[in-house]
Amino acid sequence: MKDISELQIPGDFLYAKDHEWAKPENDKVRVGLSDYAQDQLGDIVFVELPQAGARHGKGEQFGTVESVKAVSELYMPVGGEVLSVNKALETSPELLNKEPYGSGWLIEIKPSDPAELKSLMKQEAYLGHLKGLNK
Amino acid sequence: MRYLPHTDEEIASMLQVIGAKSLGDLFSAVPWSCRRTGGMNLPEPLSEWDLNRLMAGLASTMAAAPEYAVYAGAGSYEHFVPQVIPYLLSRSEFVTSYTPYQPEISQGTLQAIYEYQTLSARLLGMEVSNASMYDGASALAEALLMAIRITKKRRVAVSRLVHPHFRRVVKTYLAPTGYDILELPYLPDGRTDLSSLRNVKDLAALAIQSPNFFGVIEDLKASAVQAHDQGALFVANFTEPLAYGILKSPGSLGADIVAGEGQSLGIPQTFGGPGLGMFATRMSHVRNMPGRLVGKTVDAEGRQGFVLTLATREQHIRREKATSNICTNNSLCAVAATMYLACLGASGIRDLSRLNHDKAEYLKKGLRSAGFRIPFASPTFNEFVVEMPTGFEKTYGRLLEKKIVAGVSLDSYYVELKNHYLFCATETKSKEDMDQLVQEITSVSL
Repeated sequence: MKDISELQIPGDFLYAKDHEWAKPENDKVRVGLSDYAQDQLGDIVFVELPQAGARHGKGEQFGTVESVKAVSELYMPVGGEVLSVNKALETSPELLNKEPYGSGWLIEIKPSDPAELKSLMKQEAYLGHLKGLNK
Repeated sequence: MRYLPHTDEEIASMLQVIGAKSLGDLFSAVPWSCRRTGGMNLPEPLSEWDLNRLMAGLASTMAAAPEYAVYAGAGSYEHFVPQVIPYLLSRSEFVTSYTPYQPEISQGTLQAIYEYQTLSARLLGMEVSNASMYDGASALAEALLMAIRITKKRRVAVSRLVHPHFRRVVKTYLAPTGYDILELPYLPDGRTDLSSLRNVKDLAALAIQSPNFFGVIEDLKASAVQAHDQGALFVANFTEPLAYGILKSPGSLGADIVAGEGQSLGIPQTFGGPGLGMFATRMSHVRNMPGRLVGKTVDAEGRQGFVLTLATREQHIRREKATSNICTNNSLCAVAATMYLACLGASGIRDLSRLNHDKAEYLKKGLRSAGFRIPFASPTFNEFVVEMPTGFEKTYGRLLEKKIVAGVSLDSYYVELKNHYLFCATETKSKEDMDQLVQEITSVSL
């Protein structure tokens, strides 16, 4: 597994404690899993995502990600309506390992309360959170 | 793999390693108020000689085949079991009732289960079968819970013609969950009445047994369409899988999950168990399937090997979010079913299935000609309902003295069916046997 210094934690993304990232684009928010999360999970073999139109609150489960060693739940970094899901993951779940911030994105949501974005961590805070986990 | 109890020396050395003085130390966390004080009220041990005599005495109080001519089916069926099955099954490599817990070391067991899954999926017309479950009743309950997981709805509809014992198990499983069970009535022709289903909201699953508890072949295709129209999954249940030798498979008729009892396939009736819970579904639902699953793969050198796969559904990995708390299977019974299906082959299953149907039709015709009413007009497989004259229980008792079991009385399961009996005739009954049955019933009824 990667050392924290090797992880990619880009500065233009926001992060949740459960390692989902959120990236606001106009009135939408794109959601994925951080490099740390995909690295901890190992080879990802299956991603279960919701239907477009589903509504979940902040912190509620919206899907699962299955690797060769575990299944983890995916939680909403902010609440809202699911606008679209990354269909490419159905046949190529490995995209989540290869490009966690790019082609391996999970869902796009329309946030019900954009103010919830403020509760998420920026790069520095998330790195601090990861250091705390690895003590 | 062999299972030997630990010797005193082994126990002592293990206790030493963990620093415990005695086995009792391991239970020190159990409060004294929860422990039994004083001895258990059990009879004294018996010698093998005395034990055999006791068991033979108990067995002689049962009306079991082949000593008795048994015309009772109702979920447990008398079929010839070819001698090759008990012989192969008694090999020490196979004699374990469970999936091994260090599975990959037991390649032979895994391969046998893999073959079982293949044959089970083909017989039921489905894409994937699990490694088996405890019995048909728990398999059905698991199927309904799976449908609830997939559809995220809260209500299941179960036909009243699903085996009454299966329905009781379903109720037990679902009681603590808060999900609703709706029982569907039956029509005068002996099939399930789906008309009350149309207005049911929040429906996760429709469960129909075919052949049903009256032996009647249900219209699975129409049931599947009805379930799908309401956004529900269609669960096909069975107690007599041999029927699928001549009937269309539930999978080909639109079932999303097929769950039932496989005792018919080479497993003796014994005292009502153990059975074989068969469970199959479509690949699109495999991650929601309960139970173990064996997969075929290759090792680092490209050689064929078998593994337990998709284990991330299971309790030891997924904890409280697992698809089921069942982490094992009925290996020995599943292997028996595999041997049975392999022995018969595709044409053998068809022939045997037809034979069962024809024998039961012969008996049905005989009873009808003797003046007894066959209340349900729909086609049946190897069992059917007959309405007997009032007071038939006396005749039933007299026949029992002649070592004939004349069907199963239905009035304890269906209060409205007084004097109705469920008769079963498999390949084990000859024409002479059945002629004799009809004659005996007729003569003592007069």
